[in-house]
Amino acid sequence: MLLIYCPYCEEERSELEFRQAGDAHIARPTNMTEMTDEEFEAFFFLRDNVKGLTFERWRHLNGCGRFFNAARDTVSDKFLTTYKAGLPKPDLSTLRPATEAIVETYEATESDAK
Amino acid sequence: MADLIEAATRTLPLSGFHGGSAAAVLSVATPATRISLRAKPDAVSALSGALGLSLPMKAKTSASLNGRHALWLGPDEWLVIDENEADLMAAVAVSNVLHSATDISHRNTAILVEGRGAEVAVNGGCPQDLSLAVFPVGACSRTVLAKAEIVLLRTAEDAFRVECWRSFAPYVSGLLAEAAEDAGN
Repeated sequence: MLLIYCPYCEEERSELEFRQAGDAHIARPTNMTEMTDEEFEAFFFLRDNVKGLTFERWRHLNGCGRFFNAARDTVSDKFLTTYKAGLPKPDLSTLRPATEAIVETYEATESDAK
Repeated sequence: MADLIEAATRTLPLSGFHGGSAAAVLSVATPATRISLRAKPDAVSALSGALGLSLPMKAKTSASLNGRHALWLGPDEWLVIDENEADLMAAVAVSNVLHSATDISHRNTAILVEGRGAEVAVNGGCPQDLSLAVFPVGACSRTVLAKAEIVLLRTAEDAFRVECWRSFAPYVSGLLAEAAEDAGN
């Protein structure tokens, strides 16, 4: 079970209390009536679905009820940090682990087994 | 018609329910009035004055006085419970500050879990750390009990008040009864 740090409750809680709520830092256009359909589609529907580091909104649904933002690695599911809604993206150079975890593949561990 | 209204009796959720084990005794809390209160920080002092107890501003804390409890649920949200069934809506209405209060007296019901195994019984469905160091007496939190949302208040070292929606009451009480049986072992 993942423990997620809620910046409003100021402690780690079980993932069972949280819901993911889509990508974070999506700027809502101010001129929605003047946008073309394609521009609106890009804002409303199209998401990057990156492999690796992503910024997401999360909601502490069965807790304080607040939305907050999280930097998360989609490969390891590891939360790098969480921060209150409305704050800018944090500086990730201070958050990235110094060494990437070694992935134990068959080739790496067993390929030269006699 | 008047006769009919007088003859109508209030059916409480879980009326007659009792259960648990020697280690964790379950009982239904007496009916109480409750409001869901939301307000910005600048309205807190006036609302505290109107309610007669200071609304907690720190996460996971509560304030209690003479059977009235104010539980911090979120940065601008509190659950206020009055076990003496005082009219809380009227109490906050005189505060004269901007706030939102909703009467949820009948939406919620509460189960009291008491005994040396109370912590284990609640942990049967609740993922929070309920050790005294992390969840001391007076601590409260909205959380989950398995699939149901609850509001948990620690009233004593070995006693919890579990607030849940009345439609979830059969599920919550059944689950707590099972967990209380296990807590005895």
